[in-house]
Amino acid sequence: MAKHRGVGMAAVNYPTGMNLGGDPSQALIHATTTGTFVITLSSTDLGQGLKTVIAQIGAEALGVPFENVLIDTADTDTGPHCMGTFASRATHRVGNAVIRAAEEARKVMFEVASEELEVAPEDLETDGQGNIRVKGSPEHSINIVDLALAAHFKYGKTISGRGMYIKPKSEVDPDTGAMDPDSTEAHACTVAEVEVDDETGEVKVLSIKSAYEIGRQVNPKLVEGQIQGGSLMGMAHALYETTAPYYPAIDHAPGGFNEYIVPGPQDQPEIESVVLEYPSVNGPFGVKGVGEMTANSPIPAIINAIHDAVGVWITELPATPEKILRALEEKRKEEERGAE
Amino acid sequence: MKPKIVSFTLNGRPVDVMVRPMTTLQNVLRRQLELTATKAGCRQGSCGSCTVLVNGEPMAACLLPIEDVEGQEVLTLEGITPLHGLHPIQEAFFENFAVQCGYCTPGMIMVTKALLEREPRPDEATIREALSGNLCRCTGYQAIVQAVTDAADRLHGNGGVS
Amino acid sequence: MTKQLLNVVGQSVHRRDGMGHVTGRTTFVDDIQFRDMLYLKMVRSPVPHARIRGIDFSEAEKVPGFVRALTHRDVPKNIYTILCLIGVGPDEEPVLAEDRVLYKGEQIAAVVAESEEAAVEAASRVVVDLEELPAVFDVEEALKPDAPVLKPWGTNYFIYDYEYGQSNPCRKVRFGDVEKAFAEADYIVEGRYQMSPIEHAPTETTGCVVKPEPDGRYTVYTNTQALFFTLDNSALILNIPFNKLHFVGGTVGGGFGGKVDVIVEPIAILAAMKTGRPVKYVFSREEEMRCSSTRGAWRMYFKDGVMKDGRIIARKVTTYADAGAYNRHTPYAVTKHAANVAGPYSIPNVWIDAYCVYTNRQPGSAMRGFGVTPASFAVEVQMDRIAHTIGMDPWELRFINAYRNGDVRPHRKVVEDATLIETMKAAAQLVGKELPEHLLAMNSWDREGGHHG
Repeated sequence: MAKHRGVGMAAVNYPTGMNLGGDPSQALIHATTTGTFVITLSSTDLGQGLKTVIAQIGAEALGVPFENVLIDTADTDTGPHCMGTFASRATHRVGNAVIRAAEEARKVMFEVASEELEVAPEDLETDGQGNIRVKGSPEHSINIVDLALAAHFKYGKTISGRGMYIKPKSEVDPDTGAMDPDSTEAHACTVAEVEVDDETGEVKVLSIKSAYEIGRQVNPKLVEGQIQGGSLMGMAHALYETTAPYYPAIDHAPGGFNEYIVPGPQDQPEIESVVLEYPSVNGPFGVKGVGEMTANSPIPAIINAIHDAVGVWITELPATPEKILRALEEKRKEEERGAE
Repeated sequence: MKPKIVSFTLNGRPVDVMVRPMTTLQNVLRRQLELTATKAGCRQGSCGSCTVLVNGEPMAACLLPIEDVEGQEVLTLEGITPLHGLHPIQEAFFENFAVQCGYCTPGMIMVTKALLEREPRPDEATIREALSGNLCRCTGYQAIVQAVTDAADRLHGNGGVS
Repeated sequence: MTKQLLNVVGQSVHRRDGMGHVTGRTTFVDDIQFRDMLYLKMVRSPVPHARIRGIDFSEAEKVPGFVRALTHRDVPKNIYTILCLIGVGPDEEPVLAEDRVLYKGEQIAAVVAESEEAAVEAASRVVVDLEELPAVFDVEEALKPDAPVLKPWGTNYFIYDYEYGQSNPCRKVRFGDVEKAFAEADYIVEGRYQMSPIEHAPTETTGCVVKPEPDGRYTVYTNTQALFFTLDNSALILNIPFNKLHFVGGTVGGGFGGKVDVIVEPIAILAAMKTGRPVKYVFSREEEMRCSSTRGAWRMYFKDGVMKDGRIIARKVTTYADAGAYNRHTPYAVTKHAANVAGPYSIPNVWIDAYCVYTNRQPGSAMRGFGVTPASFAVEVQMDRIAHTIGMDPWELRFINAYRNGDVRPHRKVVEDATLIETMKAAAQLVGKELPEHLLAMNSWDREGGHHG
């Protein structure tokens, strides 16, 4: 009777967006005369930080400071349509819509600045600090507040833009399964180290270490949040969680957190990661998406690590102590039969 | 059962509430007094999102009958938020990205407050044990543990601890 | 990698909603209350499969604070329409049960009352006369001829391609010739994989508050993950113009896919329409656990043909996704699964049959990883079993088979954003795994080796 260590790995892909497309999102942008750029949406933030990353994408695309961008969501009376936050789609779809809206708004900004600075629009640029300036001559510039005031009071223009992103809905060929099931593919590779107690059947995950390739990180700390939380959710899926403890029977379905094991602060293993960026073809600034994928690769990596530790394949989730002990017993019997 | 008056100190101020016996402190706070920082994640005493401090001790407001706080001092998240800016623990949670959806956050902050009063410089194992009654489905806890360590520094200076 | 000069994209700026969260000032749905607000509680099936003979509200009506009850007769179009809105059909789940219940916890009738306590008490006193029927809980049992039939069209599986006038029992992928390849393979490796149903378990339960407005519209404060999708479904169920509804949300206390099912809003709006008062319907934790949808219990059978050098030349997969009692989003998840269950590998011969099967469980639906989580679990454990069988390092097996840009996947799409090899190299470096030179020389752009510009 002893504790055995094992290491397992898994490599996965994850597709971005509703699999057959047809999932639009819109964004509207307008500048008030205070120099605030309001991005109006009907998109939801689940905690992953959509309101923040969309403000970053909007500020970047408009060329204005992050602080000058305001996200107004989510109200169906004022916000344009968004399909919703799921399928790792929100940053990709909404971000693309915001970039398109920003392009339209920028065009007006440059027209107005061109009048005020008396140079052609193509000779202007934003400095990201709140000014539009003449290329190569940064002392000739106009602040965005003055620009917004001039647009409104002097030139009778609205600094505004409309943005829309849709991947057209595609069909599945019923006979071959030919289809277009993604917008881009993100990737993860996880290595898990476990310790399996062959007396109690308990598995302790020592570490979950992963590499992710997600196109571009809009906000690395928010990406890290997805990685940490997703890794722990994946671990719990591999080892603890089920709404049917006697599957397929439905008896003893848990009714709360006293019976359904969501990991707590003391259950968290060491979680470490690196993030690669190979910008995608069609994501905003090359974004792919990270939300869902982080919970996937730890599951098989842990199951493979258990095999590496004690030589049994647990192919029914979760890998409870009971399943591990039964598998070990079966393995011992087989070895005895082999020895005879 | 007829309502009765229960008197206690809430966030430093005396309050009297007219309430039916066995009403939970959670319902009094959220529904009667409209102090909604105290969350209601399970109402079974097992998620920690409704944690408040009663005489400095963390308690699940969802299981606490209002009679039990008669004459006691109750502190909720509203009570530690300064008029301007943030409390050092709140700053630490904000700065360390220890918040995702935000629903478990009030309970986490209240537990941290009680912990750091009891133990100004907790090590990681102590922090995790103190937070063990509080569930978070989003963050994976690492950032929360960092935030508690950082909050200790903010409250007590980092005192030569590197 | 492309170099682009960026100001704020790529920076770890602080959360826009962070100050609200740490002060508890962010408004979540359950924080909203109105004067005169009613509470809605659901009468649910205590058994997994039964015929409903009658419902008796007489004892419930005596509870002080009882306001009214709602049954399926009150629901203008008593069917959820989530699939029709994404162009897949047919929809088959009643908003409130009519003559039958298909899972334990199914919504039968709603009770609205002046307080939450009164609503709970009144709901508990509703007597539902049920004739229990045999139930089936296992996906393969459900497909046997003697299984109780759960669906009006006579099968316990979803019929695919109905919208094209076809009726296929599963989502199929056919690429190359697996049987021919199996005959040529040096090894055949088989596996059976079973997912557990799991709960999203967000710390905030699903819920909404509906307020009737003086102009005849309804404001719906909700934690749905998809505002317009939920609005559209609700209007169709209630048979009212879309513009009578105004949804407000955007702040969700954890979703993970569990808050796209459109379950609470239609019935809460109906209750507000019938009473003229604000109504709150928020799941208890127990309802969230036992009645709301879960990740389904997927079962997958793999058969792979492998050569001694590690090349996987054929993969045959049969999947049974457990939708539970109703579709919700599972038929669509099965299609996503079929597109991904060959894994991120270039396998020349692939055969997939993926079934969406009904059982008497609480419904499965969308969850973080939607159809891909079971695929990744099964594929990646299967890869290790192959490596173990043929005596090859699991890393090497994956490098050899990894898809490259320009390859054609079984669903016929040409790969264009693959970086699996680069990701594996980075993971190997992170954990100090030494990879041999011939693997380090590989990349995702050029099968012969060489560098990516």
